[in-house]
Amino acid sequence: MNWAIAIFQTVLFVALAPLLASFLKFCKCRLQNRRAPSFLQPYRDLLKLTRKQPVISQDASWLFCVAPYIIFTMMILAATVIPLIAVDMPTSESADVIVLVGFFAFARFFLALAGLDIGTAFGGMGSSREMTISSLAEPAMLMAVFTITMTASNTDLSGAIHHILNEGATLHPSFVFALFALILVAVAETGRIPVDNPTTHLELTMIHEAMILEYSGRHLALIEWASQLKLMLYGVLIANLFFPWGIAQSFTIGALSFALVALVLKLIVLSVFLALAETVVAKMRLFRVQEYLGFAYLLGLLGMLSHIILESTR
Amino acid sequence: MSWQNVFLTQLNEADIFVKTGSISPFVEIWEIDDKHWQDFAKIAFEFKLRWAAGFAEQIDDQFHVYACFETAGNYILLRATINVSKPEIPSQATVYAAANRSERHTHDMFGITFLNHPDPRCWTRHKVWKKSDHPLRHDFPVQGFPADVTPPDTDYHFVQSHGVGVYEIPVGPVHAGIIEPGHFRFQAVGELILNLEERLGYVHKGTEKIAEGRSPEGLAKLAARVSGDTCVSHTWAACMAMEQAAGVEIPKRAALIRGIFAERERIANHLGDLGAICNDVAFAFAFMQMMRLKELWCRSNYELFGHRFLMDKIIVGGVAVDVTEATSKFLLSDIEQLRAELADLMPAIDLNSSLEDRLYTAGYLSPETAAHFGTLGFVGRASGQNFDVRRDAPYAPYDSVKVKVALEDQGDIASRFWVRYKEINASMKLIKQFVEQLEQLPEGDLVANWKTPETGSYGLGIVDGWRGEIISYVRFAENNTIARFYPRDPSQLNWEALEKAVLNNIVPDFPVCNKSFNCSYSGNDL
Repeated sequence: MNWAIAIFQTVLFVALAPLLASFLKFCKCRLQNRRAPSFLQPYRDLLKLTRKQPVISQDASWLFCVAPYIIFTMMILAATVIPLIAVDMPTSESADVIVLVGFFAFARFFLALAGLDIGTAFGGMGSSREMTISSLAEPAMLMAVFTITMTASNTDLSGAIHHILNEGATLHPSFVFALFALILVAVAETGRIPVDNPTTHLELTMIHEAMILEYSGRHLALIEWASQLKLMLYGVLIANLFFPWGIAQSFTIGALSFALVALVLKLIVLSVFLALAETVVAKMRLFRVQEYLGFAYLLGLLGMLSHIILESTR
Repeated sequence: MSWQNVFLTQLNEADIFVKTGSISPFVEIWEIDDKHWQDFAKIAFEFKLRWAAGFAEQIDDQFHVYACFETAGNYILLRATINVSKPEIPSQATVYAAANRSERHTHDMFGITFLNHPDPRCWTRHKVWKKSDHPLRHDFPVQGFPADVTPPDTDYHFVQSHGVGVYEIPVGPVHAGIIEPGHFRFQAVGELILNLEERLGYVHKGTEKIAEGRSPEGLAKLAARVSGDTCVSHTWAACMAMEQAAGVEIPKRAALIRGIFAERERIANHLGDLGAICNDVAFAFAFMQMMRLKELWCRSNYELFGHRFLMDKIIVGGVAVDVTEATSKFLLSDIEQLRAELADLMPAIDLNSSLEDRLYTAGYLSPETAAHFGTLGFVGRASGQNFDVRRDAPYAPYDSVKVKVALEDQGDIASRFWVRYKEINASMKLIKQFVEQLEQLPEGDLVANWKTPETGSYGLGIVDGWRGEIISYVRFAENNTIARFYPRDPSQLNWEALEKAVLNNIVPDFPVCNKSFNCSYSGNDL
């Protein structure tokens, strides 16, 4: 039974990811006084791409063709770790938050390799930028997540969520720091404005898009889907880790459906905030990203320090 | 005109003898011996004359080589004659960097060798025709020798750089966005641009060749298609040259309407550019709003005059559509509406610090570099180049109004952004004045009677398009047909300045630098 719900949760994760992307797009369009495309558009795009034959450069090695599958698989594995509507899944017991960061790193490693593999200038450029950014983002993310797990004395996400739910709505200064750190990292890692622009056509400014410029057909579909999934993973991670109320602690239909409604509401709030932020700021100069992520790391560090100083003595 | 006398005396001292004549109040034609071609440029350079245009034409077994210079609104069209059997002339590109690509274009099209030219590579020719063929010579057929597949242009040698960590980024000619084709070759260390080299010519359409033998009406239509976003100004320049050659004066009413067209074109393009600059730094809100305003503006064009970009609304001798009482009311309310919208929108853009961070100091073009390359229009004006044809060499209807030139001296993207905004405001005032003048004017003809120009008569049309000064040269053959048409789009000079403006910027800032120049590929490649 538990396994069935775990699998159902993962399937839900993968299936809803394009919907989140289209809702975000909807918010952005409305903020720009435009009409938005249908909520189903990302699904139609994915369907269209899977029907198309991928065009592969003659210089591409096997790595280029395998990378989309690896990346997509990694994102699905990551989706099994993060509690979506219920905690205490058998899947999330087998892996903790450090493994989760590992899944992301593994996917990125292959994406960067694929960018280099075809030997175009843009691919190499994108890979180099991606690695620069991730080398700064990963420590900041770990720092933020460690602050939470230290409070719970447990690196397992379900454990951390339980701990927070049991404590009730108490305000931890360290959580506030960690929350902002994680939001900054999430924006950088999912390639959103002001770090990267997912909708640009300007090759020279791209980071994520530069690496996948040569992908087409079903390969592109998998990569697009994987990045939508990544956005959702970060969204759910932030929503459920810092605001876990509503998540199902027992596997009854009532609790699960209530958890789903709560999750949707949380994600709607997050998307609106993200869309608002993306509308009012322009993209940073590339060399500002290190200051930005340095700041995220600093917040993470402050969170941990305030945890040690203020909270752990109790 | 005392400086001209001093200039002429200095030329005489250098044993350069000049035959002078006049084409129009602001344009003189000077003829010199071909061997003094470079020496003239040296002295002109000392006199701080701006090199404005260079072209050639074939007349029987002779080539006429032209160079156009300007200072303070006075133009000198310099001419030298050489034989087809020995097509050689000293280069002016050694003195004026701005002449570089123009001379290479002339070499590709006519086979005229510019002696001691600093860069002997081809420019417009991309293997579509043989190196020994020269399309603008009379013995070259209009249809050319089209091959099924154009061979790759493999032996064009780009500037190389070597060293640890230096790498090359080839971009284009096919881009991910919907823009014109052009190739950019970057040398970079990390993200820092060491050198940028442009390779253009991918949109060569043979405009100059297919102009030959056209009727004046046909040429006006062709000129509108030199660069689609500048159809009004290019048509105007070509018509002005033809009218000059034929000695036709256009009715005052037509001149005012032409002025309205040109300023409406300027506003439409500037609105688009303001938005596009913001879009290149991912500030989509401003982009969407500006595109909306541009769209409304273009729709008004369609409603009032029958074409969104006012293409072919200027015709030889006048204009094709009148401004009625209802039209002028619409024009004025359109301006008020735009003014109100911009008053709402611009503070949001001005006060956005993230946008400021991207636009200020980026893509710096120093006033010296701008002057060196003869940079025109908003690019020049953002770098302190205080020049505007409408004010300095005014033509009807600008001779009847006071033109205020928008000027900035920071030379960065923000300067080019705000010069555009100031020009929008200035243009709205101009349109208003033109409309008011039109209302005073009795109804009358829109087109002057055409007189068939004498064989060999020529004219030089100089107007200020939205990108800056446009120079069009037209010579007539017998029976009212065109012998030679050469349009000099401002992009031809601004492109080279872009190569310098991006130095010391980082690679991901190039697109927004490029957009702030927004040079025309089509107008450059002809």
